[in-house]
Amino acid sequence: MLKSIILSAFGAGLLVGVVLTAVQFFTTEPLILQGEVYERAGEAAAMPADSLPHDHAAGTAEHHHEEDAWEPADGFERSAYTLVANLLMGVAVSAMILGVMAAKGGPITAGRGLAFGVAGFFAAGLLPSLGLSPELPGTAAAEITSRQVWWLGTALASAIGLGLVLLSPAWWSKLAGVLLAVLPHVIGAPEPPTLEAAYPAALGAEFVAASLVASALLWSLAGAASGWLYGRLADRRS
Amino acid sequence: MAASTLSPALRPGSSAPAHSTRIIAGAVALAFGLCLFLATGFAAPSLIHNATHDTRHAFGLPCH
Repeated sequence: MLKSIILSAFGAGLLVGVVLTAVQFFTTEPLILQGEVYERAGEAAAMPADSLPHDHAAGTAEHHHEEDAWEPADGFERSAYTLVANLLMGVAVSAMILGVMAAKGGPITAGRGLAFGVAGFFAAGLLPSLGLSPELPGTAAAEITSRQVWWLGTALASAIGLGLVLLSPAWWSKLAGVLLAVLPHVIGAPEPPTLEAAYPAALGAEFVAASLVASALLWSLAGAASGWLYGRLADRRS
Repeated sequence: MAASTLSPALRPGSSAPAHSTRIIAGAVALAFGLCLFLATGFAAPSLIHNATHDTRHAFGLPCH
C-alpha cells in the first residue's frame, strides 16, 4: 500500500508541479518580479547616506546581496529552480493528502482526493493567510522564524480543527474543532514593524489573490490527481 | 459529490488492506510529505531559500 501511495504521490507531484509552474509563470511570477523592482528601488533610496562620495564609481557598490549567498540567475535558471521546487511541493502535498486518506480509511478516488485537497487548502492556504497574507518581495514583516512558527502552528491547528468538524459526528468535538481553528487568530500572527510597502497597494492586492488561487490549485489538483492515480495503481496490483 | 461513485479500488476481500497496514502506510506517507514540504517551503539555509524563493512566495509561505 505504501508503495502505491509513494508512486502516486510522485506521479501526481510531477503533473501538479508542471501545471503550477505554468500557472505561476502568468500569474504570480510577473508580480514577484515587479515587486523586486520596487524592493531594489527602495533599498537604493535608503542607501545613499552611507555611500555619498565617488561619483565616478557609481554602480560598483550598488549590488546589495543578502549575505552574498548563491542565488539562481534571473531568467531560465531561476525558472528551472522554481519548477523543481514546485515539483517537490506537488509530491509533498500529494503524499500528505494520500497519507491522511489512507489513515482515515475508505476508498481513495479522484473525487475524495479532491475533497481532501480542498480541505488541505483551507488548512494550509486560506486560514493561515488570514493572519499572514501572501507577501510580495519587499513587504515589511516580523522576524522570519516567528512567522514560520505561527504559520505552521496555524496550519496544524486548522487541519486538526477541520478534521474534527468534518469527520466526527459528536457536536462537542465539532465545537472543539471550530475553537481549535480560531485559536491561532485569537493569539494573533507576528505583527510587521510597519504597514508601508515599497510597491503600490494594488500590486500587493493582485498578488494576494493570485497566490491564493495558486495554493487552491496546488492542493485540489494534487488531491484529485493522486487519488485518481492511486485508484489505478491499487487496481492493477491486487 | 465526492463519495457518489463507489471505488473499484476497494474490492471486498481481495486487496482491502488491514487496519494496521493502512495506519502505518498513511503515517509514513504523511511524515514523508511533511518533511518534503518543510524542506522545500521552510528550510532556513540561504541556498535552499534562494532556490525555492519564488515557490515560497507564490504559495504564500513566510519568506525572508
